[in-house]
Amino acid sequence: MKLDDLPSAEHAPIVLSGLTRRFGERVVLDGLNLSIPAGQFLAVVGRSGCGKSTLLRLLAGLDRADGGELRQPAQQSVRVMFQEARLLPWKSVLDNVALGLAPAQREQARDALAEVGLADRADEWPARLSGGQRQRVALARALVHQPRLLLLDEPLGALDALTRLDMQGLIERLWLAHRCTTVLVTHDVGEAVNLADRVVLVENGQVAMDTPVPLARSRNPADPAFVALEHAILQRVLQGPNAQPASTPTPAPAIHVSQLQWAL
Amino acid sequence: MKASWFSRLIPWLAPFTLLALWQLGSSLGWINHRVLPAPLAVLTSGWGLLSSGELFRHLASSFGRAASGFVIGGGLGLIFGLIAGLSRLGEALFDTTLQMLRNIPPLAILPLVILWFGIDESAKVFLVAFGTLFPVYLNTYHGIRSIDPALLEMARSYGVSGRELFRHVVLPGALPSILVGVRYALGIAWILLIVAETLSATSGIGYLAANAREFLQTDIVVLSILLYALLGKVVDSLARWLERRWLQWHPSYFQPA
Ligand SMILES: Nc1ncnc2c1ncn2[C@@H]1O[C@H](COP(=O)(O)OP(=O)(O)OP(=O)(O)O)[C@@H](O)[C@H]1O
Ligand SMILES: [Mg+2]
Repeated sequence: MKLDDLPSAEHAPIVLSGLTRRFGERVVLDGLNLSIPAGQFLAVVGRSGCGKSTLLRLLAGLDRADGGELRQPAQQSVRVMFQEARLLPWKSVLDNVALGLAPAQREQARDALAEVGLADRADEWPARLSGGQRQRVALARALVHQPRLLLLDEPLGALDALTRLDMQGLIERLWLAHRCTTVLVTHDVGEAVNLADRVVLVENGQVAMDTPVPLARSRNPADPAFVALEHAILQRVLQGPNAQPASTPTPAPAIHVSQLQWAL
Repeated sequence: MKASWFSRLIPWLAPFTLLALWQLGSSLGWINHRVLPAPLAVLTSGWGLLSSGELFRHLASSFGRAASGFVIGGGLGLIFGLIAGLSRLGEALFDTTLQMLRNIPPLAILPLVILWFGIDESAKVFLVAFGTLFPVYLNTYHGIRSIDPALLEMARSYGVSGRELFRHVVLPGALPSILVGVRYALGIAWILLIVAETLSATSGIGYLAANAREFLQTDIVVLSILLYALLGKVVDSLARWLERRWLQWHPSYFQPA
């Protein structure tokens, strides 16, 4: 008997089957199927308005599905990091990180702030911080709860290219340390390839592409394999929903075709 | 250092020059003292009232009326504002009624107030309370309703709810708006008090002015006007101090680092 093979509650995947969400006449998610193994770093890409945020809100429990099923491991703790930092302007940086924590856990908030490199700004008002620093505070606030599931909705969308690279490095380091299941919604295919174990494309309310990222961490965006994969995914995203399966571009030679699973 | 000392002096230049010219004009007999008394005469009669203790009695009774009217009216405004802001039922129950009453200029109900309360203390307190209720109500209600829903959603998803949500998110978020209402209400309270005291009272600064007018004591009339200005300024400074203290987080109140 190998007990280890039994999926314990803690290591059960998150399973979405036939998930549907409508707003009035508009069907945003149309029977979406997806299974997210525990501990995976998943990136969700897709055109603007395709329903990425809607999917994330369903995962976060901020919204209810109209149909289908969403199975999460019992007592899964979820934390969301939104596109805007959403810090409370009337609380100091430290108090923002400690939001929802018991007073006894304040030291943990301080530690989390140190993890994102902002320990010396603990007593300042959020309005005094730069955009990137605010996002780091929001990241610390999400991580201090030690969530099983971390949801990131374009957290770096508003940052400049350099800060964004810094933040990607930070997110990867923290993920390697915490190993929580992470879903990152992003417009930036390069960011997805840089950070994720697996990239899915949402199109027409369904998962239109599902591909692993078989590159060792930490990744180098100049690496030919990285560039090739990024290019292949970008081509697929740009192709749009009306593309014929036959016209799927063959990935660049550096990638083995078997490593890509086109779910069309 | 020297420059800042000098620049702080500049705003006072004009009023003091004016005051000096006024005093000069009065001393030289260019200004009739029945029209406008000399500054020194105002000061002397002020000193007389102060040393006899009468000034303090009038100040205290004016201040007491303003304070009790404001506490009652502002308190009710705050409570109704919180109820209407926090619950749809509360909004449905109170908002339309209060929005209708709000359109009545407080001074328009003066004849009715005198009919109800006579020229009693309660008449003035009622008038001040009536005038201060609406600004505080409106700004509290509006302040709560205009809290960023994204912040509320964030707080809820981080497990903050109920009383904690009120304490950490709703109240601090509505506070800037509430304080705007408070300052506005304080201004209204003084105006109403002046009118009410001038019409009917046996003490208070308004009474002091009305009484002095009967006896053509222009110096005391001017003194009363200055006292109103002074008290208004003191109360406004108090409100500003509260704002600076409670809204430190707001970029408009940042102390220069
Ligand atoms: N609360 C809502 N009420 C009505 N329609 C909604 C609501 N939320 C989302 N939608 C619609 O659902 C669709 C998907 O929205 P969603 O925010 O999930 O897109 P997205 O993929 O996150 O886009 P972006 O990349 O621009 O953020 C859009 O057409 C949007 O108008
Ligand atoms: Mg979105």
